[in-house]
Amino acid sequence: MDERRHPLKPNQLPRWSLIAVTAPPTAFLLVFYVWPFATLIANGFNAGSLSDTFGRSATWRVLWFTVWQAAASTTLTLVIGLAPTWAVSRFSFPGRRALLSMLTAVFVLPTVVVGAAFVALLPGSLDRSIWAILGAHVVFNLAVVVRAVGAVWEKLPADLEHAGATLGASPLQVFLRVTLPLLRPSLAAAASIVFLFTFTSFGVIRVLGTANRATLEVEVWRRATQLGDLGGAAVLTVLQLLVLGVLVAWTSLVQRRTTHVLDMDESSSRQFPKGKERWVVGAAVGVTLMLVTAPLLALVERSLRGDDGYSLVAWQSLDNNEIRPGLRLNVDPLGALTNSVVTALLATILAVVIGGAAVISITTLGRTGRWLDTGLMLPLGTSAVTIGFGMLITFDTPPFDWRASWWLVPVGHGLVAVPFVVRTALGVLRSVDLDLRAAAATLGASPVRAWRATTLPFLLRPLATGAGLAAAISLGEFGATSFLSRSGSETLPIAIERLLGRTGRIFQAQAFALSTILAIATIVIVMLVDVGDSRGE
Amino acid sequence: MTPPRPLIGVAVLWLTACGGGGREESQSLTLVAYESFPDRSADPANPVVVALDEFTAQTGISVEILIAGDTGTMISKAALTAGNPEGDVMWGIDNSFLSRAVEAEVFDRYEASGIDDLPTEFTDLVPEGEATPVDFGDVCVNYDIAALESDGIVPPSSLADLQQPEYASRLVVENPATSSPGLAFLMATIAEFGDDGWEGYWATLRDNGVLVVDGWSQAYYEEFSLPGGSRPLVVSYGSSPPFEVLYAAEPLTEAPTGVIESTCFRQVEFAGVLRGTDSPNGARRLVDFLVSERFQREIALNLFVFPVDPDVVLDEAFTDYATFPDEPLRLDPQLIEANRADWIDRWTNVVTR
Repeated sequence: MDERRHPLKPNQLPRWSLIAVTAPPTAFLLVFYVWPFATLIANGFNAGSLSDTFGRSATWRVLWFTVWQAAASTTLTLVIGLAPTWAVSRFSFPGRRALLSMLTAVFVLPTVVVGAAFVALLPGSLDRSIWAILGAHVVFNLAVVVRAVGAVWEKLPADLEHAGATLGASPLQVFLRVTLPLLRPSLAAAASIVFLFTFTSFGVIRVLGTANRATLEVEVWRRATQLGDLGGAAVLTVLQLLVLGVLVAWTSLVQRRTTHVLDMDESSSRQFPKGKERWVVGAAVGVTLMLVTAPLLALVERSLRGDDGYSLVAWQSLDNNEIRPGLRLNVDPLGALTNSVVTALLATILAVVIGGAAVISITTLGRTGRWLDTGLMLPLGTSAVTIGFGMLITFDTPPFDWRASWWLVPVGHGLVAVPFVVRTALGVLRSVDLDLRAAAATLGASPVRAWRATTLPFLLRPLATGAGLAAAISLGEFGATSFLSRSGSETLPIAIERLLGRTGRIFQAQAFALSTILAIATIVIVMLVDVGDSRGE
Repeated sequence: MTPPRPLIGVAVLWLTACGGGGREESQSLTLVAYESFPDRSADPANPVVVALDEFTAQTGISVEILIAGDTGTMISKAALTAGNPEGDVMWGIDNSFLSRAVEAEVFDRYEASGIDDLPTEFTDLVPEGEATPVDFGDVCVNYDIAALESDGIVPPSSLADLQQPEYASRLVVENPATSSPGLAFLMATIAEFGDDGWEGYWATLRDNGVLVVDGWSQAYYEEFSLPGGSRPLVVSYGSSPPFEVLYAAEPLTEAPTGVIESTCFRQVEFAGVLRGTDSPNGARRLVDFLVSERFQREIALNLFVFPVDPDVVLDEAFTDYATFPDEPLRLDPQLIEANRADWIDRWTNVVTR
């Protein structure tokens, strides 16, 4: 419900509490994102780097490729995602939750690892074609469509569709004329998220791409790290943010124009499929299951490959750095797992505190809150290398010489995870009935107490979901971590990358064994969160 | 008899505490290195770490290892922080990045003790002590012995051979824009065919079905036939065959891969004292230690490159299976720095047309 329709706000939170929830996320954003980013831009952005960058034909080639592959990936993901979304939002079937969890787990797995598994799966003629990139983008982002669109679809009142059918419309007509228009705002939202992720694609492009296929994100990384052209990197980062800014503006326009006021069914009306439906649902679920489990199974398979046939050597050497006398792996798998878990824990706490405060602030501030909302999204559209390098030249003078501080890694993960916490909780909090709070106030509750009694309970569940997502994202985070200088806090994705950088069958097998552990840890976290969610339904 | 280590430590502390009125130097150093350098927390018993611990025991100076990313990222960071560095000593800038480091004044000039005993092929690259050579390696075309044999094909013996139809669609290389061995291989072809010949060579390779991938891992582990890909020729290292033997799942008696010696491009890596360090004296002692025999002998097995010290005795696997070309291809570091971006652009235009 829109707070503007309530000219009287008997239940508005007092000023001090508003400041208390607005200050932490704002300060966090300013110190760890805006300041380093602005320093880097100021360092590299000038007339020379502008004209150099836009005078280069490669810039336009990269921009064109980035845009069209993102548009194609988004369209494909939406089209392919509709069938499983329909199946999981309209029907109950055994394994439904497991399927949702798997989809989400794939979404947060490190791209470097799943990309490699993807190559192993594809027939040789396809593994370097554009289809490999588009396919990987679809598999990675299916969860976005299924979750974002499914959340609306399962609550669409079925009587509208029934009415259409009664009036003689075919199922396809009902879908095109009734269901699709109602889903449009959520489709636009899902599309903009998928576009954001594929537009800024880095890992998939690096693992599956060839020489002429670079996204802006890859080009920023290449300019900054391989060519030492900071100016070019800064210009391209700004260009990337501009394009994404246009996208965000367009989506919110579409959402506002196409939003229908509907009485949503609060209880979901999922049923077991009957008759012919069973085949269609089965096919949709089966294909989706294959898409997401195949790369995961490929990870396991590759961890078992020996010189001839299969071998357990990678798994046996997990806790043993010295595999033969004098021969060391130079990687501590269990230590890396511990580091990853500790980092994920810290990043999650940070993301929930900052994100939770931000959500309260954004909903209370109304229009002004949009600035904070947009600001917290910015790190998702900004190349990790520019933030990493920005931190390097910003936090370089005592008492703010924080370079190589161990806690920069969880802070970096926090920057990436906060938007997920905010997105998860914002929708729920916005729908909290303001009349409830007004009623509480009428009954004599102070604004804070009214808020605590009526709003807080609604906030806890989405925050728990957001926490799970944050933990999973931190576990798999690679980009930001790899650009921060570090000593003694190697995370699992970094250890995996390191193993894959060396010659020898054992390294490769162990990299995939670690990837399997990472995948399982991620799936377990996501499932725990989902189980918690379903208990509350 | 040697006194126990704690005693040495105490003695050193006492000596330094009484060490006169000059500016006190910090007794701890940070060694900045690339990502394949052993990490103390990941492997405290790694011989490289143990050697550094011995340095600490001898000098009382502790050494913390700071991983800065791949070599390109590390040098970009160093250039960005020149004069106010993240650490005191840097390990692992290679000859293709050396000029950039020198131009950005990343290092203090310093001639390490013992540097005169090193082969001139290394010391000639840094005539004025711009940095200290510490290790070297070669980037070469590797081949899968069994795969070529089963196809009934003789391994190529030169870069020029790779243009022949029998090697069509059999070679995978890394993109020089994104990969260090990829760039080394491009430079090998520039050194071999000259400024007016290399583009034509690559046009032939392109028409002959060369596959370009982003990085070494993708080329070696996904496309090279040995681990399960389909291409029996790959750009890798001269040290890849011995590591295939050493790190096989089951002990091997023969290397499954071979190296085409005439395709090898020499990479030399350098260490240096970072300009702006708080501990210039300690940093210099650490650089001295890095070129000393004690440290150099741990390099081959743990850093996967070869020591610059010619007196170090290498593990048998290296003497048996590694390739040390007599006349590797090379390019002048200044020429590399001046042309790198242009070469990569030209290469991209030829290969992706």
